[in-house]
Amino acid sequence: MKALMAKRLIVGLGRRLAGVAAGVMGLVLAVPALAQGLVGAPAPWGMGLQPSGGPIKDAIGSFNSLVFGIITVITIFVLVLLAYCVWRFSASRNPNPSTTSHHTGLEIAWTVIPVLILVVIAIPSFRLIYYQDRAQEADLTINVQGRQWYWNYTYADQGNFTFDSYPVQTADLKPGQLRNLEVDNPLVIPVGANVRVMTIGYDVIHSFFVPALGVQKYTIPGRTMETWLRADRPGVYYGQCNQICGTNHWFMPIAVRAVPREEYNAWLADARKRFAQADGSAPAMAAAPATQEPVQIAEARR
Amino acid sequence: MATASHTHHDDHHHDHTPGFVARWFFSTNHKDIGTLYIIFSLFAAIIGIGLSLLMRLELMHPGMQYFADGQMWNAYVSAHGLIMVFFVVMPALIGGFGNWFVPIMIGAPDMAFPRMNNISFWLLVPAFLLLGASMFVGEGAGAGWTIYTPLSDNQFHSSASMDLALFSLHLAGASSIMGAANFITTIFNMRAPGMTLHKMPLFVWSMLVTAFLLLLAVPVLAGAITMLITDRNFGTAFFKPEGGGDPVLFQHLFWFFGHPEVYIMILPGFGIISHIVSTFSRKPVFGYLGMAYAMVAIGFVGFIVWAHHMYSSGMDVDTRAYFMAATMVIAVPTGVKIFSWIATMWGGSIKLDTPMLFAVGFIFLFTVGGVTGVVLANAGIDQVLHNTYYVVAHFHYVLSLGAVFSIYAGFYYWIGKMSGRQYSETLGKLHFWLTFVGVNLTFFPMHFSGNQGMPRRYPDYPDALWGWNFVASVGAIISVVSFVFFFYVVWATFRSGAKAAANPWGPGATTLEWQVASPPPFHTFEELPRLR
Repeated sequence: MKALMAKRLIVGLGRRLAGVAAGVMGLVLAVPALAQGLVGAPAPWGMGLQPSGGPIKDAIGSFNSLVFGIITVITIFVLVLLAYCVWRFSASRNPNPSTTSHHTGLEIAWTVIPVLILVVIAIPSFRLIYYQDRAQEADLTINVQGRQWYWNYTYADQGNFTFDSYPVQTADLKPGQLRNLEVDNPLVIPVGANVRVMTIGYDVIHSFFVPALGVQKYTIPGRTMETWLRADRPGVYYGQCNQICGTNHWFMPIAVRAVPREEYNAWLADARKRFAQADGSAPAMAAAPATQEPVQIAEARR
Repeated sequence: MATASHTHHDDHHHDHTPGFVARWFFSTNHKDIGTLYIIFSLFAAIIGIGLSLLMRLELMHPGMQYFADGQMWNAYVSAHGLIMVFFVVMPALIGGFGNWFVPIMIGAPDMAFPRMNNISFWLLVPAFLLLGASMFVGEGAGAGWTIYTPLSDNQFHSSASMDLALFSLHLAGASSIMGAANFITTIFNMRAPGMTLHKMPLFVWSMLVTAFLLLLAVPVLAGAITMLITDRNFGTAFFKPEGGGDPVLFQHLFWFFGHPEVYIMILPGFGIISHIVSTFSRKPVFGYLGMAYAMVAIGFVGFIVWAHHMYSSGMDVDTRAYFMAATMVIAVPTGVKIFSWIATMWGGSIKLDTPMLFAVGFIFLFTVGGVTGVVLANAGIDQVLHNTYYVVAHFHYVLSLGAVFSIYAGFYYWIGKMSGRQYSETLGKLHFWLTFVGVNLTFFPMHFSGNQGMPRRYPDYPDALWGWNFVASVGAIISVVSFVFFFYVVWATFRSGAKAAANPWGPGATTLEWQVASPPPFHTFEELPRLR
């Protein structure tokens, strides 16, 4: 009972702070509402987190607002104390210093109160990481490989086709496209689907990072790691490689296009024809990860 | 020991001083070696800050302006990080102020191993040259200061530049380990009669904890980079998955060193700030024992939180939960320190001279860097902030605005003692405000670009991120101006600074260094001081 009340209190506090933070950030976060839906990308002079495209980012955003509220209060508290000391206890105003150098009660207080604040942060924090960890019931699985310097995606249980995703050079950008963020073949996912993401290493370590969907995982050679994402709002969510990986580290963007189910199915039918099989063999082996060298159809375009 | 008649000479620089070469190249005197460290650190800072200025100029506008390609950029980023960590902050705080003041504060005639002290310093010079050389060889060592494999492996960094950088780290590490052994021995065995551990000044406590961290952490780095060197050159496969090795093992080893390393850089600063706050408030340090053991606690916990740098490396969720909890625990002893400093000021008689300005600035800015650390400790939020500019902002707030502010604070606090010449208060204050505005303008906007998802180690960024990057670059230019101005302050101090009294700060300055002349005689204590 008590735990439930505490939980409500924390959630309520979190919501209120989130409201304040959203109000503040709304002033600076003018997200262009384009026809294709939400755009998950940095905004000019943006200060807060990117807009949220799905439940993981929603959860991160509201928890972040709670923590942001707490740290703001602490910082202002310290600033006010310092300013007061400098003003009230300046040599001219207080020529005779006190000799107090102990106060057991005070010392216990500033040990115990921070612990309590940390407990308030830790409880929702633990809940968040277990929620983020992996999809409970995945609707589809996508294997992600970071490579120097492009991405390779394999739709393991959707026909086991594979394709490369290269950045669009600045000279080739169409009007309205975002420099350094646009790719030739975006990752396409259906809105509302739990997407299991398996990150697989290839050459060096890269990081699959899509801020607006709240997902990030390294791709490490010799390992296959799991995470998940879900987009509840249709749109394009951009990301960039987020682990130093060589000379073009800055130019291997990620684009995730979240579309309604019918549109996804149409894309899927087309993609199965257009893109090569991951293992070049019959679709019966579809569930197996792409261990063999996938056919690189985009290789010629380099 | 020399004759007692020399004890009270005024012109102390000439008591038994050896000739130039013997004094500065074969030096065994802790004060001279400290001076060498400080000069070295300033020189390295010119290079390290110069690199960062070039990087900020590149980032001032979208597109590639000055850098040839990303590899050159990566080499600059890596060199900037390694130089600032190993050749600026550590030499200034540990080698410089540590060497100068630990022996004096505990009433010891010198460090325990004066010749080892000398080689500690002289290993740093070739280390720095090797790192500098790595920037001119082959493609440059562009794997970040974290040198994660496989990027740092010979397949992706095939030239000798990475080997040069690794050897540089080896030498710098050997230098640190010897320095640490020297400090531990000195502090445990050479305290003057009556100087019990619980009477030791907090700066000495901070150096003791720092020395233990160095002694336990740096050998782990040495092991890791040795394995990397043999992976690169002798066909082993410690970190190569195709040979049964594991790249994540390198991350664990690196951060087992790397996390204590960040405390190594800040703990001596904690000590300095405690002295300055107490001196300029004319009050004893509030909660002395709490302050000392808070540092011990920070040092201990600092060893069991390393994997919070690796939340995205595929660790089990339960492991992440542990590292998250352990990391947040560090906020508690850090909070004890912040509040004890404020309590030291409370009821005091505060004079805002330059060292105190830097100290108060330190307390506030370190708080800002500390609370963003609490944000990043949460693996859940770190999922969208890991490796972004938010992290860059966080660690520059605790290092560039924390550790560097403590270096400046210590410099102004002790320059009169070290050189015998007092700085000009007007110039010092001007330097503080220039620095304060510059660094905040540089690093505060990085929280915003990080929140917006800008990854670190990027020479070019999406156009929407231009605004905050431009502000940061303007701040960087101001910061560099303030750094150049600092050299003018130093020059003016040596040229026309007033002669410093033995204790220019009045009754608040109670530690032993203020009992000896400014500058102290070549042999500080002819007779061991006795404490009540």
